[in-house]
Amino acid sequence: MSAHYPTLLVTVPLLSAFVISAAGWVNKRWCFPIAVAALGVSAYSCVGLLLKVADGGVVHYRLGGWPPPWGIAYYVDQLNALVLCVVSLAALINLIAAKKSIEREFPEKTAPFYTLYVLFVTGMLGITVTGDAFNLYVLLEIGSLTGYGLIAMGDKARAPLSTLNYLYMGTIGACFYLLGVGYLYIVTGSLNMADIAHLLPPLYHSKAVLTAFIICLVGVWVKMAFFPLHGWLPNAYTFAPSAASSLIAPLMTKVMIYVMIRLILTVFTPQFAFGTLLVSKPIVWLAVAAIVMGALLALKERDVKRMLTYIIIAEVGYMVGGAWLGNRAGMTGAILHIANDALMTLCVFLAVGCIVYKTKGARFEDIQGLFRKMPFTMAGFVVGALSIIGVPPTCGFFSKWYLISGAIQAGQYGFMVALLFSSLVSVVLFFRIFEIAYYEPFQDHHGETHTHHASLMDEAPLGMVVPLLIVAAGLVVMGLYTGGIVSHVIRFVIPKGLV
Amino acid sequence: METIISIKPLLAVLVSLLVTPILVSSRASNVRESWTFVAAGLKFLIVASMVPAVLHGSQIVYTIAEVFPGVAIKFRVDALGMLFALVASSLWIITSAYSIGYMRGLDEHSQTRYFVFFALALSATIGVAFSANLLTLYLFYEMLSFATYPLVTHHQDREARSSGRKYLLYIVGTSIGIVLPAMLVTYNLTGTLDFSMHGVFSGTEPRATIVVLLLMLVLGFAKVAIIPLHSWLPAAMVAPTPVSALLHAVAVVKVGAFSVIRVITGVFGIDLLSRLHLGTLIGYLAAFTVIVASLIALSQDGLKRRLAFSTIGQLSYIVLGVALLSPKGLIGGMTHIAMHAFGKITLFFCAGAIFVATGKKNISEMVGIGKRMPITMTAFLIGSLSVIGLPPTGGFFSKWYLVLGTLQAHQISMLVVLLASSLLNAAYFLPVVYKAFFCTEQEAMFPNTVQEAPLWCVVPLVVTAIGSIVLFFYPTIFLNLAKLAIGV
Repeated sequence: MSAHYPTLLVTVPLLSAFVISAAGWVNKRWCFPIAVAALGVSAYSCVGLLLKVADGGVVHYRLGGWPPPWGIAYYVDQLNALVLCVVSLAALINLIAAKKSIEREFPEKTAPFYTLYVLFVTGMLGITVTGDAFNLYVLLEIGSLTGYGLIAMGDKARAPLSTLNYLYMGTIGACFYLLGVGYLYIVTGSLNMADIAHLLPPLYHSKAVLTAFIICLVGVWVKMAFFPLHGWLPNAYTFAPSAASSLIAPLMTKVMIYVMIRLILTVFTPQFAFGTLLVSKPIVWLAVAAIVMGALLALKERDVKRMLTYIIIAEVGYMVGGAWLGNRAGMTGAILHIANDALMTLCVFLAVGCIVYKTKGARFEDIQGLFRKMPFTMAGFVVGALSIIGVPPTCGFFSKWYLISGAIQAGQYGFMVALLFSSLVSVVLFFRIFEIAYYEPFQDHHGETHTHHASLMDEAPLGMVVPLLIVAAGLVVMGLYTGGIVSHVIRFVIPKGLV
Repeated sequence: METIISIKPLLAVLVSLLVTPILVSSRASNVRESWTFVAAGLKFLIVASMVPAVLHGSQIVYTIAEVFPGVAIKFRVDALGMLFALVASSLWIITSAYSIGYMRGLDEHSQTRYFVFFALALSATIGVAFSANLLTLYLFYEMLSFATYPLVTHHQDREARSSGRKYLLYIVGTSIGIVLPAMLVTYNLTGTLDFSMHGVFSGTEPRATIVVLLLMLVLGFAKVAIIPLHSWLPAAMVAPTPVSALLHAVAVVKVGAFSVIRVITGVFGIDLLSRLHLGTLIGYLAAFTVIVASLIALSQDGLKRRLAFSTIGQLSYIVLGVALLSPKGLIGGMTHIAMHAFGKITLFFCAGAIFVATGKKNISEMVGIGKRMPITMTAFLIGSLSVIGLPPTGGFFSKWYLVLGTLQAHQISMLVVLLASSLLNAAYFLPVVYKAFFCTEQEAMFPNTVQEAPLWCVVPLVVTAIGSIVLFFYPTIFLNLAKLAIGV
């Protein structure tokens, strides 16, 4: 059984999508348990894989027994095992948390929603597990198309247009990636990543290879909303239903970062990406721009969810910059941040989901007095916020530490300053929310009339708050296990040549 | 030196966290407050149980997790940490009693939240005291910043909000903007952040690097309130008085001073700093703060604001003493943590008691208050004597050592600063006491009947006042811990 983990984690949710769809015609109540079971199998397989490859092993898996480069090969090392675990667990927790809001937001369409949901997760997991550059494109389209569907189910007035915009941009990004893969196929005649990597070194000075790399990179950047290619993201994530945005926001951008790192480390080599190409410095400066602009754009928003979308754009800058610092600490930070950022984004989006469930909106006017009304939700939100700010012992601090260390070692002080700046702006961003939720409506005559407010607690359902608090606790646990994750997992991913 | 591995330091930190669920869940205030006492008592007992081992010269260590190569989240109880933990944990018990009197006396809102965050703040304080390295210290330092925010802004009105902003801007702004990069650079240069007698630097680093890092790490811990990073402290006086008392005379500000001591003695090391003659640099910053803060204190009419500026000055005494880099100066600086804590907390308790009993906040409205609240004002006198540094109070001891330290270091200018500042201290405290007791019938603002604050308020301030006197006669424990800490 455990030998088939790599395929189980993709095929089970894929097939369950059909079952859910069919079950929806019979009895809508069956959809949710089927989806949970399918994602549960995925998550179980992913954790099993991570345990298997921790401390140095890798898993090769041939779909249908066809040998590469003709058949599709799945390839699991520490890098994607970690991402797989994060993706599957985040998707599972979010699914459980989202049940209430799905049933309330579109009671008629629960079956399609769950179908799209598991298909999206299939796409994300597939992208991560595959060792085939073209297969990656196919799964990317599965993930993207279902993502568009999920987002379009949101706000009736504005979601369709945002989705259309996202669809255009997303398709362009995917096409760029496909074009790049085409170039690679032309020069190497192979689509298997390991095989390409094996064939490429003599061709590194070919213009076609160079073009292929740059085009792939740009395509992936569009998909991850790397500044200035981020235009589609804020609207799409803001107007999506809570359950969809808390799924897509943590996962989509992070998985694309993974793809970028996979391209750098496995398909090409760090020597090629950081040495031959001479683009790392400009890319780090682009990342600086992403971080600074993300932070500044977030400042002007008056809606919690929308503000968070700009924070995602800044966080993408963290990871791209870290990866392109071209040293061990920076790459460690970037990979660690994939996991950490997915979890903390999930945490804050889950909290926003709870808030929206109760207040019907997350505009700054809606969140007044929330610390009194929804103390547990806000507690989870505070932990997520502290992690985004980068306060120990939450995990956000530790990846930021590696990123800044990398910046210092690479002499990229601009990147270091940008990271610190974004931390400080995050303090402002989140404490502005805390202030509104804490002070307003103002209690100018203190000491009087407070007792009347005391019992106005109006918390979101347990099924939403408990997953949120689990994720919040997970942020601290992840933080404390940083040492273990780096020494048992990430250390093996980074080639020895990278100092 | 013997090293003992024990979970006790972790327990000492966590014990107050463990009661928070109980604090939250209980609706009855009596239950809630008795749990606060249980937590405070347990914390003190756990801390105290480690005293014999520490006095014996052992260190108690406990590692939670190694997060970076060579850097763990780790506790290490040594003499200096023990000194601070003893002060903080013993005064928490007394402050809990006082809190009950004060909060009930004023019928404050959200008392549960208040007690929960108080417990969290104490956890963080003990965490700072027992940190084995700069990273762990930073972790608890930040935790303290965020845990005290709801306490500082307890009243939830506009004034609280603007003070809260100032508080965060200064405290969190400096810790993220200054301490964090300094810590990262230090780690990348040396590969470690563990405190040790000889510091983490090899001594071959360029002098400019050391100077910049030293300034960043001393000024960045803005809780120590060295001018120009001091103005959060008077602003934070908007908090309820028990918060000001424990957090802004003992825990928060002393965490700042303690961090600076750790930076000077543990990160850079006395040897390195005296070789590079960098003690004087910090000394001058502190001396400037001592004088300027005392001068500003003279002009403050709000009693709590005057106390706040006095605290700013007194914190820099600690920094000044340590920056002298002479053994006596170090002992003076370290014991001043304890001595000043008992004196200043008494003064804050008095200010709060006056507010509870009469609603007065300004010194100009307190003429003749000694006739109405004789016990409180006597305690105020004792507290003042201790802060000024006069016998028979504990403050005399630390100041005595500070003066000896300046002589040992041949820093006559610092001696002048200390003496001048003592005069200023006397000038801003004694008139308050004088006016309280000696005034003409026309001047007196209060009727001639004795009416003190509630017992829960009065008893704690009497206890800490007596504590200040006791420390004059029995300063041994703190003195021995300080001597152990510097290895003489």
